[in-house]
Amino acid sequence: MSDILKALIEIVGERGVSNTPEEIWFYSRDPGVLTPHLPDYVVAPRTTEEVQKIVLLANREKIPVVPMGNGMSLTGLVIPLKGGIVLDMKRMNKILEVNAMARYAVVEGGTSQGVLKACLQEHYPQLRHSIPDAPPTTTIAANAALHGQGRLTQQYGFNSEMVTGLEVVLPTGEICLIGSPSLGPYWFSRGPTMPDLSALFLGWLGTTGIITKIGLRLYPNKKIRDVELFVTDRVDLIPDILYKLTHLEILEDVNVWFQPKPLMFQGNFHITLYFTGDTEEEITFKRRMIWDALQEYMDSKDGGFMSVQYMKEMLMEMPQRGIADFADVPKGGGFEYSGPITILSHFPQYAAKVVELAAKYDVLYASSARLISGGHCMMFSISFAFNRNDPAMMTRVKHALDEATAFALEMGGIPWKPNFMEQKMIMEKMDKNALKLLLMIKKNLDPQGIMNPGNWEVNT
Amino acid sequence: MYALKWKEKVCATCTSAECLLKCQYISFTRHDEAHGEMMKVVRGEDSRVLHECATCYACEEYCKRGNHPFYLISERREGRGMFTAPRPITNQWKNMTQMQGKYMVGPVKDKVLSCCFIPDLGILGTGEIFKDVASAVAFGAEFMCPAVHTHFARMSVIKERLPIVIENLVKLGVKEVICLHDECYGTFTAIASAYGIDVPFKPIYYMDFLLSRMREMKDRITPLGIRAAYQRPCSNRLIPDKYPLVKEILDLIGVELPAREYQGENCLCCGEILRSISGYKLADDVQERNLNDMVQTGAEYCVFNCPACQSSLSEKVAKKGLTPVHIINLCKMAIGEKEREAR
Repeated sequence: MSDILKALIEIVGERGVSNTPEEIWFYSRDPGVLTPHLPDYVVAPRTTEEVQKIVLLANREKIPVVPMGNGMSLTGLVIPLKGGIVLDMKRMNKILEVNAMARYAVVEGGTSQGVLKACLQEHYPQLRHSIPDAPPTTTIAANAALHGQGRLTQQYGFNSEMVTGLEVVLPTGEICLIGSPSLGPYWFSRGPTMPDLSALFLGWLGTTGIITKIGLRLYPNKKIRDVELFVTDRVDLIPDILYKLTHLEILEDVNVWFQPKPLMFQGNFHITLYFTGDTEEEITFKRRMIWDALQEYMDSKDGGFMSVQYMKEMLMEMPQRGIADFADVPKGGGFEYSGPITILSHFPQYAAKVVELAAKYDVLYASSARLISGGHCMMFSISFAFNRNDPAMMTRVKHALDEATAFALEMGGIPWKPNFMEQKMIMEKMDKNALKLLLMIKKNLDPQGIMNPGNWEVNT
Repeated sequence: MYALKWKEKVCATCTSAECLLKCQYISFTRHDEAHGEMMKVVRGEDSRVLHECATCYACEEYCKRGNHPFYLISERREGRGMFTAPRPITNQWKNMTQMQGKYMVGPVKDKVLSCCFIPDLGILGTGEIFKDVASAVAFGAEFMCPAVHTHFARMSVIKERLPIVIENLVKLGVKEVICLHDECYGTFTAIASAYGIDVPFKPIYYMDFLLSRMREMKDRITPLGIRAAYQRPCSNRLIPDKYPLVKEILDLIGVELPAREYQGENCLCCGEILRSISGYKLADDVQERNLNDMVQTGAEYCVFNCPACQSSLSEKVAKKGLTPVHIINLCKMAIGEKEREAR
């Protein structure tokens, strides 16, 4: 047994560490198309102190450390590109506090979306958090760390903007509290009125530290949720439609999607509109506002509301499982997407690009855009399904996604949760002084370059 | 291509113009005005009827002279390139009901139980009432009556698809097709006849089948002793001679149908197509009037014939305190096969 393995066992116990081939095989990959790479060890700590000891060990031994939530980014963000330790955070899954009056929760760094959802439903039914359309096993900290989105993103912004404080183990081993918890027992503010230090850890994809605790805003959970589905066959109208809808300031969530299969969806662009209320009167009032806002498109016959009765159960799911169904249309259960953040007025160009790429690379597409912060921008997902047992198809998907990212950058968009190649493309395009600042911050926080190496690096 | 069998002279000599004077959605007060507008439709001219018709099917019932005002309005609309509903909704319905080879057929002999393209019908067509035919089902777009496209003024879709549906049923080698969907029976009888499309099997209306079976099982019936309001579907306007069956069946199982304003010829549609075509204002108004009328009769249940109406109105009638139930399930309750729907 190696000295490192012995040291890791001393920190987390025998059941918390492994280097057996069958276990590190699983930690070498994610469900996307990127090439797997084996770690040397997988470690599952239970406490912040254990995380700290592991990081100190990694510093001494100069071993890479890759913090991992549930490993569902699809873009290889937790594939250990340079080996080392994969730090599986799932055993740190406790809800530490719910402050109902201040509407925030504090959870450990490996707590899943499903655990928080279940806790709130049972004990705080008047509160909810912004659930992403990802499996419920995905973690809150990882989602925030990669600027994830969820069901409340249209109203309140990226899920990372809902962070109210952090506890972080720095790459050099110090435990650091960020925001109001650095001054007292309350987790109500990530920064204001101080400098917002949380920005040193959100969006960095685990390259600047390990989030061991996270505070998260909670929001009112209205008694009734409802949905409408507007369709149009004119992509050029989509930006104006979205502009009118967001002007209403009453929508919980807005998703625009189009796909060629099944046949009933072919040729149309669908806008799913979620809204909430505490009474039937409130729901009816909001529904009428939505319909009135789009009446001109009905009058011109360019768009209309479709009946949602038969789809309602599926549409109301949180998270929506139907997204996974798409992965299995070509059989073999794979899908990956490029999800650039961009402005609403670019929707028609992005939509045309999806169709073009699908035809060029002979792959099946489905596309969905989620509005962010009342329409200031959107996440436009360019999704392709593939058969995991068909390497040629996976290569075609990879090429299509690379081209989608290049297109997004040309259009002035920002790739979301970029893989290491896409990060390089971003860094090549970004303002040189901004890049200098980025690298300076990273170098200062992680002088040995052990945190998730290969990511946000110029010379990978 | 099949063409509508329709006589201009019948309209030209009509002294009642009831097709439009009785219309619940286009206001006419004088015979000459209504007759004049209908004659514009007849001559292929523009008319307010083409712009205001809500596609409720009712004029097919109002016309007592055997002409087909609604099919003609729909033909004229399509001929002028008009859309009743928004274009993407119209095309979505066309795509959604496209035959794609994804159908289900059970062990069929001389009879088939047609479930159209409505999954709920497969569940309804089971149990003691349907014991001899329950497994002999046909389901899918290949067996779907395309009448819904009249709402969207796309008669070309009906003329194209109906002969194929009929041919698909003929290929099963059946002599009788028991139609669990009201609209299927209306299509195989009224629409096929209006277009001269041959139907080489005997369509059986499920309410005829239901009445016959309930009579056979009369000694098993425990009268339900309830009051109910009936939601008549638009497609029943194509087969008004079958409307009395509802009362006969309900009488047999001890369900009282109290008189109400919106029944028979004056019934109101479920409103969902109106929502697609005209928007929420008309649909909400129609549904509100209809449901309040049901409540005022003291009805405890709202009885449905069409699963689409049931899907549209169930939640709304439940909020008004009525229990939504399909007439087949009401019969199953009467023979003790199904527990009473919880109120």
